[in-house]
Amino acid sequence: MAVPSYFTTGETIAYYALRVFVGFVLLFLISPIIAVMPLSFNSESFFTYPMPGYSLKWYEDFFFNPRWSDAVKMSFLVALATTVLATALGTLAALGLSRANFPAKATIMAVLISPMIVPVIISAVGMFKFYAQLDLAGTRLGIVLAHTALATPFVVITVTATLSSFDKTLMRAGASCGAAPHTVFFKVVMPLILPGMISGALFAFVTSFDEVVVVLFLASPEDRTLPLQMFSGIREMISPTITAAATVLVLISTAMLVTVEMLRRRSEKLRGIAS
Amino acid sequence: MEEASRMKKIVTLLGAALLSSSAILAVAPAHAADELTITSWGGSYSESQRKAFYEPFIAAGNKITEAEYNGEIAKVRAMVEAKAVTWDVVDVDTQTALAGCAEGTFETIDWAKLGLDRSKFIGGDVTDCAVPNILYSTVAAYDTTKTKAPANLFEALFDQTKYPGKRALQKSPFVNLEWALMADGVAAGDVYKVLGTEEGVERALKKLDTIKKDVIWWESGAQGPQLLADGQVVFATSWNGRFFSAMKIDKKPFQIIWDYQAPDWDWWAIPKGTPKLDGAYRFISFASDPQRMADQTKWISYGPANKDAAPLVDPTILVDLPSAPDNLKTVFYPDPQFWGDKGDELRERFNAWLAQ
Amino acid sequence: MAMAQAAANDGVMRAADGTPLKVALARAERREKVKAVGLVLPLFAFIILSFVVPILIMLYNSVYDPDVAENLPQTVVALKQWDGKELPSEEVFAAFVADMKAAQKNKQVALVGKRLNYEISGIRSKVVATGRKVAALDAAPFKDAVIAIDKVWGEAETWATIKRSSSVYTPFYILSMLDLRQDANGSIERVPADRSIYKDILARTLGISFLVTLMTLIFGYPVAYLLATSPQKTASILMIFVLLPFWTSLLVRTTAWMILMTDGGVFAQVLNYTGITWLLNTAGLMEGEPQLFKTRFATIVAMTHIQLPFTLLPIYSVMKTISPNYMRAAKSLGGTPFYCFLRVYMPQTLPGVAAGCLLTFILCLGYYITPALVGGPTDQMISGFIERAINSENNWGKASALGVILLTATMILYYVYNKLIGIDRMKLG
Repeated sequence: MAVPSYFTTGETIAYYALRVFVGFVLLFLISPIIAVMPLSFNSESFFTYPMPGYSLKWYEDFFFNPRWSDAVKMSFLVALATTVLATALGTLAALGLSRANFPAKATIMAVLISPMIVPVIISAVGMFKFYAQLDLAGTRLGIVLAHTALATPFVVITVTATLSSFDKTLMRAGASCGAAPHTVFFKVVMPLILPGMISGALFAFVTSFDEVVVVLFLASPEDRTLPLQMFSGIREMISPTITAAATVLVLISTAMLVTVEMLRRRSEKLRGIAS
Repeated sequence: MEEASRMKKIVTLLGAALLSSSAILAVAPAHAADELTITSWGGSYSESQRKAFYEPFIAAGNKITEAEYNGEIAKVRAMVEAKAVTWDVVDVDTQTALAGCAEGTFETIDWAKLGLDRSKFIGGDVTDCAVPNILYSTVAAYDTTKTKAPANLFEALFDQTKYPGKRALQKSPFVNLEWALMADGVAAGDVYKVLGTEEGVERALKKLDTIKKDVIWWESGAQGPQLLADGQVVFATSWNGRFFSAMKIDKKPFQIIWDYQAPDWDWWAIPKGTPKLDGAYRFISFASDPQRMADQTKWISYGPANKDAAPLVDPTILVDLPSAPDNLKTVFYPDPQFWGDKGDELRERFNAWLAQ
Repeated sequence: MAMAQAAANDGVMRAADGTPLKVALARAERREKVKAVGLVLPLFAFIILSFVVPILIMLYNSVYDPDVAENLPQTVVALKQWDGKELPSEEVFAAFVADMKAAQKNKQVALVGKRLNYEISGIRSKVVATGRKVAALDAAPFKDAVIAIDKVWGEAETWATIKRSSSVYTPFYILSMLDLRQDANGSIERVPADRSIYKDILARTLGISFLVTLMTLIFGYPVAYLLATSPQKTASILMIFVLLPFWTSLLVRTTAWMILMTDGGVFAQVLNYTGITWLLNTAGLMEGEPQLFKTRFATIVAMTHIQLPFTLLPIYSVMKTISPNYMRAAKSLGGTPFYCFLRVYMPQTLPGVAAGCLLTFILCLGYYITPALVGGPTDQMISGFIERAINSENNWGKASALGVILLTATMILYYVYNKLIGIDRMKLG
């Protein structure tokens, strides 16, 4: 970490000041997530250090109390269905939008992305009222449809991104080598957008898996999802089981992050971007 | 034609994915036909209902989904108006029972169908749309290891010089406005005359303004005792049973201030339009059984509404009930009809005041 | 063969099947276009049906309000002839009694009362009581009898309000969101100061969003700079610190802050141990132990934490594209490092700053969960009031009108974002 010898005093100060400041910000980013995890092993139900003892009972509650385990199952169910729907719809749309001179592309794109931008409370309230008229409020299908709407923008964005940085000459190269358009698509395009599709799918999964406002309005009491269970738990009384749930969720998101990063690197390598 | 077959494969895959995801959803239709959703106030109160009513009801071959809420009638109304009723039985306070009855939010109770004698229930004739289950009371409490006993309720809530620190109050105008007026010098008998006027409401809010920056507003009944236990506040209000459970079951060193306790009933009501009307009736009838009502007092100190239950209650619990003579010395009875009529506008005014 | 020959003769290029190349190309292009539209159509239709339409219908509730028109139909017709000066005629009262009887039977009286109460404070209970008593009136004249039930019916203003609310369309909710209302004559006036809260709430929402955006920029810019200029290996390790919170559930992060920020909680412990509490106390900025539970400070800290990656990542991806040669050139021309940074480097990062800050600002406007859990009642933003309007007040008109305001603000910024940056260039992670 030594500064180059040609640095002036001012530059040296700036160099270290920047690193100290960035260190502080990174600590700020990571510490709340880290700080909560040990509390889930606390033997007592309070949230300060030092902890009087260690216990796994909150995890036991999380994994074996049907309230929590049913909520986890429900969340996976809804998130999986959402992922499948959102990835299918989103990928098709991104493929269509990537064609040259698509009519009114900007407007259509703006509409497709809007669920990500519109405040979720507005979406939730609107959907509750409308879905109720279609007998969809309080049903799982209703939640999945709502989550799919919220999740597709992520798929569209990630797949479009892989398509836009996609080198069109590869397709021409394929064609000039005598491949039919379909062959070009499956042999050249597909492998390249697959990482985008998968990270889009993961985004869609996480969107649904984390979503609480829409389920707050749309879910019936039997269809409690994990975030809803956490949210009502927090409003009711913070039990350490919530910190156990939080820890498990952090582990899941870490796994997701690692997957997406690996995919991104692979995709960059495939596209020939030096990394 | 390798690419064509591949295309087919992809299409089949997508189709299969769509089908399987819809199959996942179809496995169990959301509102299972025989499962009853019962919504109550959570925490130790729901716990007592679970032990006394839900568990025996389940043991008798029924299915129950428990849900919690914090008494928001608007949630029930929104469901009923949207015709998306997912709650089959809901535990409500008196003002909610009255307001909901006037607006057609709840079913009118058919006592013959319940197989119960209405005259046996304390307050059974107050509304046509609900069956009384318990008598509870809104009270304040403190931690005896941290706070010295206050002379009276108003000192505890409003005297910042004698008792500096935060208070936990319910995020609702109910009882808070009345207490504020009485603390401001209004006689208990005149409270609703004053509160019925615009100026009276302003006066109550002005009194609450004096402690507003030191109030932590709770929404669920469990929060009051918890804030007290965590030492976040010097005084907390809640329902007497919540403090009772914290003291008896969690062994917290709390003391309830019975001064100007504000008793009220809780009721079972049925949201209009539930597809499981019969099940709802069966449950209410089951939970109104004298022995089961008496059993509930083992877990929470609320008085059973069924007069037949009174003799079955363990005598040692009687001193902890709001109706114990020692606790009734300076009782204040809130006027449910007043709240049933004016609750909405006062809530809206209160919310606006909170936001300022 | 002859045709191809002819084609060659007229100088037009043709495709293999003999059609002019231009036509063939146009046809191929059209086919491509149809295919492209076909690919987009399913999602587009889905979004319109499951998302856009529900929102539009909800927003329509902010002006559509049939409670009075539907439940007092005869009164509304009878009031048409009324001049609005004296009390209405017996005919109106007769219609009113008939309407109220029907409404009482259908349990709709409270709805009428609730609606009128928005404009005449305290009338709800009177309407409900009148509904109960009106059944006893069965013979004309009704006028005095109704006024005898409650003298509110003897005031012209009551009837003016009913007449004004009798249209199924009302400007009432939107006006009240701007702290305005109609007086008895229908002209627009300000509501009294102690009732005007909505301008405050809008200002608060914009204020918190602005502050959070600013904080994320101050925190995010240096981090993005270091990430972009560090060697790849260091950068990817540092990146984990940014991306892990980004992928962690919003609810988890909010819960974490809520637990850490309780009075005497971990955050306060850290402030105590690091001497910051002592420092703030000495400086007179704070009294005693830090009390952060349910405060504006906690809300801003938590929101900054959650939004930081959203501001940082677009800045980072722009910085990655800036060649270090510019800075080297500027320095070699004699600029001081600070001057070079300010005049050469920073201007090039502005597109990223704009993209990151706009996105964060837009997303902040809609925050509900975080202020609800870590903030106090005076820290709630518009979304929180929408939730309360529905779950605590059952006032859909108010919720919708608040929704109109929030959505308008969001959409204006979304439009700016789209024009300035382009959504197709939005990147995640």
